[in-house]
Amino acid sequence: MKFTLSWLKDHLDTTATLDEILYALTDLGMEVEDVTDRTAKLAPFTLAKVLHAEQHPDADKLRVCRVLTDEGEKQIVCGAPNARAGITVVLCKPGDYVPGIDVTLGVGKIRGVESHGMMASERELELSDEHNGIIELPSGEVGEKFVDWLAQNRPELVDPMIHIKITPNRPDALGVRGLARDLAARGLGTLKALDIPAIKGGFPSPIAVQIAPELKVRGCPLFAGRLIRGVKNGPSPAWLQARLTAIGLRPISALVDITNFFTFALNRPLHVFDAAKVHGPLRIHPAKGGEELLALDGKTYALQPGMMVISDDNGPESLAGIMGGEVSGCTEATTDVFLESAYWDPITIASTGRALKINSDARYRFERGVDPAFTLPGLELATQMILDLCGGEPSEIALDGAVPDVSRAYRLDPARVISLVGMDIPEAEQRRTLESLGFTLNGDMATPPTWRPDILGEADLVEEVARVASLTKLVGKPLRRTQPGVPKPILTPLQSREKSARRTLAALGYNECVTYSFIDAEAATLFGGGADAVRVDNPISSEMTHLRPDLLPGLLRAAARNQARGFADLALCEIGPAFQGGEPGEQHLQATGLLVGHSAPRDPFGSRRPVDVFDAKADAEAVLAALGAPARTQITRKVAAWWHPGRSGVIGLGPNTLATFGEVHPRILAAMGVKGPAVAFTILVANVPMPKVKTPTRPALAISDLQAVERDFAFVVDKGVEALTAINAAQGADKALIESVRLFDQFTGDKAEAQMGAGKKSIALTVRLQPTDKTLTEAEIEAVSARIIEKVTKATGGTLRG
Amino acid sequence: MDGLDTLKAKYLTAVSTAADESALEEVRVAALGKKGEISAMMATLGKMDPEARKSAGASLNALKDEIDAALRARKQGLADAALDERLRTEWLDVTLPGRPRRMGTIHPVSQVMEELTAIFADMGFAVAEGPQVESDWYNFDALNIPPEHPARQEHDTFFMHRAPGDNRPPHVLRTHTSPVQIRAMMDKGAPIRVIAPGRVYRMDMDQTHTPMFHQVEGLAIDRDISMANLKWVLEEFCRAFFEVDKVELRFRASHFPFTEPSAEVDIRYSNVGGQLRIGEGDKWMEILGSGMVHPKVLAAAGVDPNEWQGFAFGMGIDRIAMLKYGIPDLRAFFESDLRWLRHYGFAALDLPDLPGGLSR
Repeated sequence: MKFTLSWLKDHLDTTATLDEILYALTDLGMEVEDVTDRTAKLAPFTLAKVLHAEQHPDADKLRVCRVLTDEGEKQIVCGAPNARAGITVVLCKPGDYVPGIDVTLGVGKIRGVESHGMMASERELELSDEHNGIIELPSGEVGEKFVDWLAQNRPELVDPMIHIKITPNRPDALGVRGLARDLAARGLGTLKALDIPAIKGGFPSPIAVQIAPELKVRGCPLFAGRLIRGVKNGPSPAWLQARLTAIGLRPISALVDITNFFTFALNRPLHVFDAAKVHGPLRIHPAKGGEELLALDGKTYALQPGMMVISDDNGPESLAGIMGGEVSGCTEATTDVFLESAYWDPITIASTGRALKINSDARYRFERGVDPAFTLPGLELATQMILDLCGGEPSEIALDGAVPDVSRAYRLDPARVISLVGMDIPEAEQRRTLESLGFTLNGDMATPPTWRPDILGEADLVEEVARVASLTKLVGKPLRRTQPGVPKPILTPLQSREKSARRTLAALGYNECVTYSFIDAEAATLFGGGADAVRVDNPISSEMTHLRPDLLPGLLRAAARNQARGFADLALCEIGPAFQGGEPGEQHLQATGLLVGHSAPRDPFGSRRPVDVFDAKADAEAVLAALGAPARTQITRKVAAWWHPGRSGVIGLGPNTLATFGEVHPRILAAMGVKGPAVAFTILVANVPMPKVKTPTRPALAISDLQAVERDFAFVVDKGVEALTAINAAQGADKALIESVRLFDQFTGDKAEAQMGAGKKSIALTVRLQPTDKTLTEAEIEAVSARIIEKVTKATGGTLRG
Repeated sequence: MDGLDTLKAKYLTAVSTAADESALEEVRVAALGKKGEISAMMATLGKMDPEARKSAGASLNALKDEIDAALRARKQGLADAALDERLRTEWLDVTLPGRPRRMGTIHPVSQVMEELTAIFADMGFAVAEGPQVESDWYNFDALNIPPEHPARQEHDTFFMHRAPGDNRPPHVLRTHTSPVQIRAMMDKGAPIRVIAPGRVYRMDMDQTHTPMFHQVEGLAIDRDISMANLKWVLEEFCRAFFEVDKVELRFRASHFPFTEPSAEVDIRYSNVGGQLRIGEGDKWMEILGSGMVHPKVLAAAGVDPNEWQGFAFGMGIDRIAMLKYGIPDLRAFFESDLRWLRHYGFAALDLPDLPGGLSR
């Protein structure tokens, strides 16, 4: 919403300064976005008179002038063709900043002649683009401030333009008068009276109006208009053009400018038809669908069934409440005008406007809600203005429907206002505030004014009182603690886990990323997603069409981008939601890590090696441990399709998957544009079982002072045998005595097969025996060893390596 | 026993001139070995009379101890010399780099969420969560934004695909964290104090907007909570979060469908050489929207508005992270540029807490 200060003062009698008004507007909830005020920039300049002008001795196009200023006579060199004795000019003195040329003046010497300032053109003062000569003023005294002269003679040039943001609940503030009313309520002056003329029509309106019955119920409760014949349409007067130009509207003709003026002055959009182009009565009805209308914006719109339209015998002439039609629009040649003032249902206007994608000042206001009770007064006022500016003879009002009854009342509870706002606002002040905003108070019941459709309950009364009282004055009051003493922890177990996973990953050297929740269709499909249920209907780009089924594709894309920037070795992670479906709640928390390239940069110690599946596994296990997963889990190979089938595994507890780790499938890497090697893991954070009993107490520590014994065993097994089979078998040989079993070597490949037979490999275990009641004898150790060998060879089908 | 002095001189000379450990050992064997010269003389003591034995024994023992001590000292000396010689050869270029170690980082959004949590936890706020795909009802209707409300258009909502034949209104990607208010109240009732940080989505992408960003919602409902309490909570939060002694907030009346009265909150700051300083200067910057929860919202969440009242606020997490840590560009938050992650990220053990301070 834009307006000028003088426009505001049409409605507000005030002595407040511009700054006071701006502050109050923002504080009242109408945030000032921008102010254009020329007076500050023009403040230094004064009027002066050229006493004498003569040719510059050394330059054809320059003149040396003697100029009478408030500081006496000065010599000024000037290049303007109109610089001559006797004219009144605008003087810029040395030290002044001249906005149009972005220069702070000094005393200059132009071709050897001193010049003490300059005489400005309109362009140099940013008043217009005029630069054919210096400003010549028809009046004014030497020494008078230029801004004062402008205020007297060309006020529109020093009328500050104010641009404010209006929240959607305040349609009344989309008219200057609404703003004036708020400011008056705040105490910044008084609202001027608005006299509504009662215009007597001299003849019945030749154009009748009819609202379709279904629209009277909802859509268009009231439609009024009148013909004014014999008008003379042409350019509107300068003051009106200045108003519209100041707020960025292009003056068109008096009739059109008047409708625009009412839109912004009084939030009363109107429409003018050229009556000569209207055939038969105007009917307000729902479109059948398929009709076309060339609107005033020059575009043709195809109407959908049910859209409200105003038609005459020739068909649709206007998109009701949104935009008029080109065919029946007014031109300079219009002599008979039909002036429309109607009340349109906000919801109907909003849905039609949205469907046709038309943004007009009328739609903007009708869909927020204009004052229904002002429909007819607005018509009378606008008629008066047409008569004043264009002459003509008004008809009686043609009308269908009735002003909708929007009366309602809510209880004002002054104590509740104080309790909610936390500010001591006396009851009398609360009542005064509401009354000054146009509310009618009857006992404790407040009836909102017809221009405030947003007031729909007691809470709205509180807001009105609070904002007029000024929330800036609110003084903070401590919020009572919920309980005395030390606060309890507030994170849920899953929230704590998320934090642990994140911190552990960072400690393991991963850089945490936050990537978009939506990814491209190709990536989503590769990772088991991409279904319609997780598709965004109105994506912002083709890169962001589907909710991510997994965090890995986002990290792979990030890896590819970093590789393109020359970073080959990456450790990226993300902790966030993945979406298994498109219903609320069909999301789960993943913690995903991705290692790409090498374990380390090249260094003198040979640390560098390609990352491999066991890096990913170790990190996955470290995160799982941090989340409290049990140490003993199962590893299976039932992995999803985006993992390397031979080099990946699932860490699980029975049917419950805790994590997947492994190499990313080479085909996936190629599709995502990542240069391998790349290994990754995905942890399903919520699947890690929560401890059954939560207690900080640790189980008792059982340690023995007796000497532990370690024995190594090597077995020859088929190369497909998994190490875990052997480890579990060894572990089972004596659960009491065997403290741990660890694989410490494996021997595979051609050399191993040459030695041990085709298809064979060797694995070596170290078993630690921890006696608890007495030191082990050699015989006892031998007995356990024999059992270990028996168990392992039985489980693996292998033999002890000789 | 004149011979003893000769003997002593002979062996001490031999000890001091022994070039290495094996030469020294030879001296030891010659003097103190089983068949050594001094051992042989000790063997003769038995044949002496007691008087002579006593004096000769004492002298011999003294000699033996002296030679033994000399042997040990020389042995230590040789070992030291040998170690010194070895160390002289064991020079390394210690300006070589240490073994490489990866340094991980925490994303600023995560860090700031933990900072928020630490501050609000101290004021009794728990952390609530909600789904990011939301039903139309939770995201809008329950928050007093009916279908035709102009505010709906201003939300730039992402809609989820709706299968043909499924006539429910399409689900949305939540446009704000406010639906978590509804879920938290439906779940826990009143009184309640929660914050709800998380991802939100708006169809907007330009210099300063990304289609996904982060918000934190705050909600406090009790019997007598006022807007003045809201102001205090936000002042305390800003003071703690921005780690300054004093902050000044300005409440400006505004409008949100789900609060009444509503206020936008500005914070006082200055811009000195491109560096923002919170709490001083003469500029104001909007940092959040807030207000008293609308009675219709309380009612929609099953909380009786005649009995309970309170405030809610919503704040951009990315935005306050940018302000606090001087991060210029929002879009970079989600680009995962390694250089950015390293520069703006936080160390694994930079755990924000109130006793230790939020940032280092």
